[in-house]
Amino acid sequence: MKNHVYRPLLVVIAVVVLILAVRAIYVPDDFAIGDRGYMYGWHRQGNEVDWKNVKVKYLGREYCQDCHTDRYTSIMASAHQDIECENCHGPAVDHPDVRPALAIDKSRAHCLRCHFPLPYASSGRSKIPGIDPDEHNPDIACAECHNPHDPMEGLK
Amino acid sequence: MITRRKFLKSTALGVTGMALPLAAFDFIDPRKLMALEAADASKVRWVFLVDTYKCVGCGLCVKACKEENEIPYDANVTRTWVERYVLTKNGEVLADTPKGARDGFTTAKIDLGLGKYREVKQEDIEKAFFVPKLCNQCENPPCVQVCPVGATYATADGVVHIDRKWCIGCGYCIMGCPYGVRFFHPVHRTAEKCNFCYHRITKGLKPACVDACPFGARRIGNIKDPGDPVTRIIMTERVGILKEEYGTKPQVFYIGLSREVK
Repeated sequence: MKNHVYRPLLVVIAVVVLILAVRAIYVPDDFAIGDRGYMYGWHRQGNEVDWKNVKVKYLGREYCQDCHTDRYTSIMASAHQDIECENCHGPAVDHPDVRPALAIDKSRAHCLRCHFPLPYASSGRSKIPGIDPDEHNPDIACAECHNPHDPMEGLK
Repeated sequence: MITRRKFLKSTALGVTGMALPLAAFDFIDPRKLMALEAADASKVRWVFLVDTYKCVGCGLCVKACKEENEIPYDANVTRTWVERYVLTKNGEVLADTPKGARDGFTTAKIDLGLGKYREVKQEDIEKAFFVPKLCNQCENPPCVQVCPVGATYATADGVVHIDRKWCIGCGYCIMGCPYGVRFFHPVHRTAEKCNFCYHRITKGLKPACVDACPFGARRIGNIKDPGDPVTRIIMTERVGILKEEYGTKPQVFYIGLSREVK
């Protein structure tokens, strides 16, 4: 065959080799078909470990229990026993070492999440006592009268 | 006299009979078999159960999810959200989820978008309820099929993940998800979605939203474990799934689903 046939052929081969070389370097070694086959499992296997290693931020009330025993006991004996500490106090991650004080959400809006009356019959919301925020002491924080750890304590 | 045919026949029968172990005559107990399956650590398939009767729309799940998974708090994107449905007596279906219900539902006014609100009188409401939404971790995830680079995938335990290093941000998966659970992460600039708090469930914890819910409206379970209370509810009680007609086989089950819920 003549030279003018070989030359473009060499160019094509060079391009293919280049693409394969780049792919070999660029694509991570652990890129493979996972447990779910080619259609759903084609991925970088190391990413599963990355997701497992994300830091846990909400540690649960058991984490609070040992140091804040009195608080834990009081809320567990009240109507608010189902509410996790971290729902109002924020995630406990790095507390108390890095973050000695947690920001407590004492806003009226926070209490109204449950206690704004929405009497939707087929929802549990209708069974929670509610207040009209415009009528019920609109200018003061709920916690001025109600202890969040025992909301009806000392009230008439 | 014994013929050759008779000899071969009885020999074959005798050898087969001796080769059969006694165990072959045991009836296989399906419960035992399932227990064996469950004992194997690799036999995990995470599923989610939502009880819409218990949900009060407080949005504490959304708040916890955003904090736990580092989704920018004030950006209007979230991995899980709560929808409110209000059905009026004259057949209107109104639904809203202001900020994904991050701050709960603290008004009777329904957010129609574009700064418009609608107040429905209590006597005009036929039924009203809250529906928490999250990724369905489909058995046939359409979002995974459309990814052109292999950045999103399903694991053996059924959770669908996104590889943030590999995602090119083309957005095909966001369009491909029939449930609208995917969005762009404003910081990482990649596709983002709920993964049942994979870092928690693989450590024996529950997802942040499940722990944050004071009413037990959200639960997680392993469908391959027949003793799991969530599995038992899914197997024996009336549960619904979203958009069954799409064939995605979603793995988030709902108690008290209504046909108006899309």
